[in-house]
Amino acid sequence: MNGKHSLRNNILLGLGFALMVAALYMVFIYVPTDKYTGIVQRIFYFHVPVAWVSFLAFFITFVFSILYLWKREVKWDAIACTSAEIGVVFTTLVLITGPIWAKPVWGVWWTWDARLTTSLVLWLIYVAYLLVRNFATEPARGARFSAVIGIVGFIDVPIVFLTVNLWRTQHPTAIIFEGGLTTPMLITLLVCIAAFTVLYVLLTIQGANLKSMETDVNRLRNTQAE
Amino acid sequence: MNKLFIRILVIFWKDMLTELRTKEVITSVLVFALLVLVIFNFAFGMRADGMEFVAPGILWVALTFGGVLGFNRIFAVEKENSRLEGLMLCPVDRAVIYWGKLAGGFTFMLAVAIVITPIFLALFNLPLFLPKLALIIVLAIIGFAAVGTLFSAVAVNTRARDIMLPILFLPVVVPVVIAAVKATVPVLAGKSWGDILTWLQIMIAFDIIYLVVATLVFEFVLEE
Repeated sequence: MNGKHSLRNNILLGLGFALMVAALYMVFIYVPTDKYTGIVQRIFYFHVPVAWVSFLAFFITFVFSILYLWKREVKWDAIACTSAEIGVVFTTLVLITGPIWAKPVWGVWWTWDARLTTSLVLWLIYVAYLLVRNFATEPARGARFSAVIGIVGFIDVPIVFLTVNLWRTQHPTAIIFEGGLTTPMLITLLVCIAAFTVLYVLLTIQGANLKSMETDVNRLRNTQAE
Repeated sequence: MNKLFIRILVIFWKDMLTELRTKEVITSVLVFALLVLVIFNFAFGMRADGMEFVAPGILWVALTFGGVLGFNRIFAVEKENSRLEGLMLCPVDRAVIYWGKLAGGFTFMLAVAIVITPIFLALFNLPLFLPKLALIIVLAIIGFAAVGTLFSAVAVNTRARDIMLPILFLPVVVPVVIAAVKATVPVLAGKSWGDILTWLQIMIAFDIIYLVVATLVFEFVLEE
């Protein structure tokens, strides 16, 4: 890790660890079982924070893609790319935990409502982001192209959501959540959101540092080769 | 402003001339789109009833996938003959290149749609004169061309050239496809403008947003 930030990083690590342990305790032991949907409802405490983090990750990718195209500093691209990778992983988790929850509760694995469809399209757009990076002929080009995808793709997300919403209001939709959140449930959810957000920040910092170092090493290697 | 327009026209005319002389892209895409129409008909079991539900989807799959094929060519021809560098050497704004290519892409897709749509309508025993459908198709094609031209420039500079464009293009144009299909359903059933107004608005908004964004972002794609 970067020396001058190691105190900050260690604090974050400790905080993240504590939050995650607390989250696990609260989800599996503290919070009472939901009387409408039963045990499977506990997935909600992982599903919602993971979904929130995946959107946060793509927003960060969007912002840092713009910054990278504007300033061309490698560290902006490193953050954008790492954030996109984490975003893809978290979106995959959303798309897996969602159906696991949905099957016992709604009776179906999937429905084409606005939230699910937008998550799926989001996943596809950011997989394309990663593919463009990998298939580019040089890393600098890959960075530039994926930054373009990061911007164009993110702008598409609200459009997709609105369009599917409009489409689906013509059909009956499954009710996402019945009843309100009792206080223990709300606290548990907030702790989980905090835990996953800290996890995201930690992973992004680590990953971005790693990528920056990789780029530096490659640059040095190329200079030495001349 | 006039100069800009003339430059765009020059790029557009260059592409038109090339295509008119060889006609290779338009013929292959037309045949492909026709095949899609036919195969999907078989895929849906060739039922006589219930066809009004699947027919719009079939038309739009044909146009979308034909479009992907066509947009692949927009920059691929430049890349193949090393003309991309020549194009980039021209002392013009990158946005001009984008709009020139966009005009070509749009015209190309329009030509495909003009041939495919009447065939589609005849194959499915639908009325042939549908001005509302024409409007839907034009709006959708603008959206496809706006996104397709931009992503074609990206895809052509990667290693997995041909497969990269659909992967980039299809998720992003989901709103256009949804709006186009949902608007086509009432039109084929003979409904009025009121039913399709929202979908038209979505397509117009998408077109404007993406034309602006792509124009702004295109210079970062054609760089060296």
